[in-house]
Amino acid sequence: MQVQSYFSQLDSLDGELATLNLGPTHPATHGIFQNVLKMNGEKIVSAEPTIGYIHRAFEKLAEHRPFNQITPITDRLNYCSSPINNIGWHMTVEKLAKIEIPKRAQYMRVIMMELARLADHLICNSVIGVDTGALTGFTYMFQERERIYDMYEEVCGTRLTTNVGRIGGMERDFSPAFHKKLQDFLKTFPAKFEEFNSLLERNRIFMDRTIGAGPIDAERAMAYGFTGPNLRACGVDYDVRVMQPYSSYEDFDFIIPVGTQGDTYDRFMVRQEEIRQSLRIINQAYENLPEGAYHADVPDYYLPPKDDVYTKMEALIYHFKIVMGEVPIPKGEVYHAVEGGNGELGFYLISDGGRQPYRLHFRRPCFIYYQAYPEMIKGSMLSDAILTMSSMNVIAGELDA
Amino acid sequence: MTNELVRARIDQQLPGLLTAHETAYDDMLTVETTRERILELLDFLRTDDELQFHFLTTLCGIHYPENTGRELAVMYQLHNWQKNIRIRVKIFIPVSDPHVPSATALWPAANWMERETYDFYGILFDGHPNLTRILNVEDLDVFPLRKEYKLEDGTRTDKDDRFFGRDGNTGRSFD
Repeated sequence: MQVQSYFSQLDSLDGELATLNLGPTHPATHGIFQNVLKMNGEKIVSAEPTIGYIHRAFEKLAEHRPFNQITPITDRLNYCSSPINNIGWHMTVEKLAKIEIPKRAQYMRVIMMELARLADHLICNSVIGVDTGALTGFTYMFQERERIYDMYEEVCGTRLTTNVGRIGGMERDFSPAFHKKLQDFLKTFPAKFEEFNSLLERNRIFMDRTIGAGPIDAERAMAYGFTGPNLRACGVDYDVRVMQPYSSYEDFDFIIPVGTQGDTYDRFMVRQEEIRQSLRIINQAYENLPEGAYHADVPDYYLPPKDDVYTKMEALIYHFKIVMGEVPIPKGEVYHAVEGGNGELGFYLISDGGRQPYRLHFRRPCFIYYQAYPEMIKGSMLSDAILTMSSMNVIAGELDA
Repeated sequence: MTNELVRARIDQQLPGLLTAHETAYDDMLTVETTRERILELLDFLRTDDELQFHFLTTLCGIHYPENTGRELAVMYQLHNWQKNIRIRVKIFIPVSDPHVPSATALWPAANWMERETYDFYGILFDGHPNLTRILNVEDLDVFPLRKEYKLEDGTRTDKDDRFFGRDGNTGRSFD
């Protein structure tokens, strides 16, 4: 007892609490957000997060843009998995305009979205490794992410802010280079991933660092609005892909992994298993990729081929109307949710029949669950708080919108 | 469970509480009540054994400058995961008196959502533990999502509605 009280005195500065500014720019937080921590030695007594450092007023911007020009805004929400945001937005407009998407386009979208989820989880998990001191796995997994970005490039021409697909389907069919890259990826990635997995999953140092770090129980997580892998790590199997299947997710056989403790290790493990499940979905979608059109026949919303614009009257008219935002759109309110990299990414769209949304609200999973962070790190060590943050996968773009 | 059953259950347990209801374009039940009784309704939806709308999916503000006396709206969206049904709850308040009771006691998740709504629309959530701006800078003196704040130069003429066969009633121009 004597010894313990001696050390607890040493932990605080003259018996007082120290204030520590973690952020706004700090190499350990992987993004621009600030936490003002009250520290008792290395223990966190309280935390006060400040956010909004990269707020870009997306909801205001969206009220002043035609529907097709909102897609690039969604890129910049969770920029680790832009295709999910893009396609989620397209599906919201398609729900409003009641557009049926051909099966092939739906499967192509599933492949893109699952590649995005895979890339998102891959970065999150390898960064958890980095924050526990294991840099090597990250360098290998980053190469794998590059291969996914190469595939994005084949489908939409860009790598990070993808703007993939269009309202009504995909912008182009999979190219021969894409097929080759995807087949190659599906063949070689699993072995590399399992190698990465073997570095961390049963690694004693890694387990000691992550087990019990930043836990939250299921009830509390639901009250805080958790969704996605962070919720599933607490043992709740809520997944939008299963609850409200979109884009033909009901066609695929996959499981929803859950954890039990809701701590950093469980969040890591849930994401690891989701990567395997994403691979399963991609394999199924690719093997059963239907023949047919890669976009719906909706000239009001889907841009005609450029050759036709130069030579055909109708194509020119439709092109002009779409570019000028003069497409007819029904009035009404629509909510559409997709399972983003971090949980339920929802689009609440109010249309008054105008060129642009009357109101567009993004339900950003990061923004909602990050408010539980002070509670999750209270009483833990500073090093655990860093790990907790990286395992929650808080993406500043999605947080601040 | 269907939208009709949900509405009937609310009407049966809390008669006269709903001031309006409809099935929205996306088939989600949308009900309206007053700010005086919003917490009563939300708490009932959350705790009722049959309804169990335990999850607050999202919450946001909407501005209708033309609706005199009902300029601002707050939309709550709840989700029952067991029966997989969603509901939208709306209240309308005058912009001159933008007070709404806070739902933070029901869901801690409402904390930042209400701060964001305050930040964007200036809706004052009474009883909120820390109602300050969250995304914008503290000394901003406007509520930027209100419709009177234009994004673009108002003198632009290339987006004149008359050139596009719009009469001003079938949708707004880019302003």
